[in-house]
Amino acid sequence: MTSSAKERVVNMLAGLGEFAFLARDTAASLLRLKVTWRDFLFQFYSIGVESQAVVLITGAFTGMVLGAQTYFQFHKVHMDTATLAVVAVSMCDELGPVLTALMVAGRVGAAIAAEIGTMRVTEQIDALRTLATHPVDYLVVPRVGAAILTMPLLTMEAICVGIGASYLVSTRLLGIDPAYLWYNALHFAGDADIVIGVTKAVFYGGIISLISCYKGMTCGQGAEGVGRATTQAVVYSAITVLIVNFFLTLTLGKLLGLL
Amino acid sequence: MIEARDLKKSFDAQPVLDGVSFEIETGESVAIIGRSGCGKSVLLKHLVGLLKPESGAVLIDGENIVPMNERQLLRVRQKFGMVFQSAALFDSMTVAENVAFALRRNSRLSEAEIARRVAHALDVVNLPGTGDKSPAELSGGMRKRVGLARAIVYEPRILLYDEPTTGLDPIVSDSIDQLMVRVRDELNVTSVVVTHDMRTARRVGHRVVMLHQGKVQANGMPDRVFDSTDPIVRQFVDGVADAREPS
Ligand SMILES: Nc1ncnc2c1ncn2[C@@H]1O[C@H](COP(=O)(O)OP(=O)(O)O)[C@@H](O)[C@H]1O
Ligand SMILES: [Mg+2]
Repeated sequence: MTSSAKERVVNMLAGLGEFAFLARDTAASLLRLKVTWRDFLFQFYSIGVESQAVVLITGAFTGMVLGAQTYFQFHKVHMDTATLAVVAVSMCDELGPVLTALMVAGRVGAAIAAEIGTMRVTEQIDALRTLATHPVDYLVVPRVGAAILTMPLLTMEAICVGIGASYLVSTRLLGIDPAYLWYNALHFAGDADIVIGVTKAVFYGGIISLISCYKGMTCGQGAEGVGRATTQAVVYSAITVLIVNFFLTLTLGKLLGLL
Repeated sequence: MIEARDLKKSFDAQPVLDGVSFEIETGESVAIIGRSGCGKSVLLKHLVGLLKPESGAVLIDGENIVPMNERQLLRVRQKFGMVFQSAALFDSMTVAENVAFALRRNSRLSEAEIARRVAHALDVVNLPGTGDKSPAELSGGMRKRVGLARAIVYEPRILLYDEPTTGLDPIVSDSIDQLMVRVRDELNVTSVVVTHDMRTARRVGHRVVMLHQGKVQANGMPDRVFDSTDPIVRQFVDGVADAREPS
């Protein structure tokens, strides 16, 4: 191996190690409830409210396009009334959690990395530390805690809006019989799908907020460092979500199939 | 008491501290001088555990803080107040919230008592009535004074100042010098003042430590250091540029 390639591998492993330490500190601090409710509620509010527009638009248009496309295919084999069932299952299991996570990574992940990164380059994090405050307790824990609680809510919101929008398109635009549409949707989509969606959302909330906090806390010097940290927070969060999604789908599918 | 023992620190194989040792007695006030970029801020950050040396020890009241983790350090840091070179105010908070920060987090005082102490600290630094302003609205000198108020409000026993007067006009620097002397005498704190302003060093320091190329070049009473015949010290004190040495 060339020395620069070696260096990159070493740096990557060192980064993973640091990330693991951050995750451990955060978990320990979360479990000891070393968080002030005011900071937590503020993060809960800002993550939830900041994401409303993207979550609603993503949910609605994904549901509608999925409904239309499913109808076009199913119409050929005279299964029009199964349209909403396909939409409901896909929205709950995959599209709802994943697309919400990707949008939140762009909206909230970037904001977290930029804010913490700016605090780091302007020595505000050092100031926190000299004021006998652990940066993980003060900055990371409220964000991760709030993200883990907000993501399932945002995901459920996207799923409901998506299914609702798809229902409207199917009945009003495509002229499918509403009664059969609902009947099939309720028959094929069940509690298991909601469990899968919510479980995934909890994971993605944790992944996005932890990666973004980590990128902010380890950000390089100056405005350039903050810019790079912000971009990396979004890219790494999005890629990690997509990869983890595959494994969660397999694991949860197996688990819920067995139960 | 603060003791640094043979501190070594480098960034990217570039040595910044190369065996720095000194002691600071309780209640003593020491000025650390040296050229820009010689590692004064880095040294100061080692004293509160913001940076870790590659080797050596930092003893605070006899306790080595180098091997401590971040959570163990929190307890030690309650003894410290630090004024940053860049002020490092929390820009998402008002001036009053900045000053109240440590009291809100680490004490059980009532809100009324906190408000009273914050107002008093802002009075001490000559910024009464600025509590509701945001740090962005303040001038550089005002920000530094808010930083000072934030550091003294919880009455720490050790105060670290990183270039408290650099970049300020002479009148403001003078008032900050006076403030540091007053805080030193009234609260009987141990102070460490990093500066490259000779006047500040002379007024605030009971003793002067000069850093040069990662080592302690001089360590003694201000008059002794300023009258030293050591060419490196002389050059710095007299402020003569040296053509042989790139800055
Ligand atoms: N976090 C850091 N990463 C890399 N180099 C640093 C860092 N902090 C300081 N340095 C380097 O250490 C040297 C001393 O810096 P500093 O202590 O800030 O000097 P000063 O005496 O002016 O306060 C400089 O060369 C600076 O580039
Ligand atoms: Mg400095």
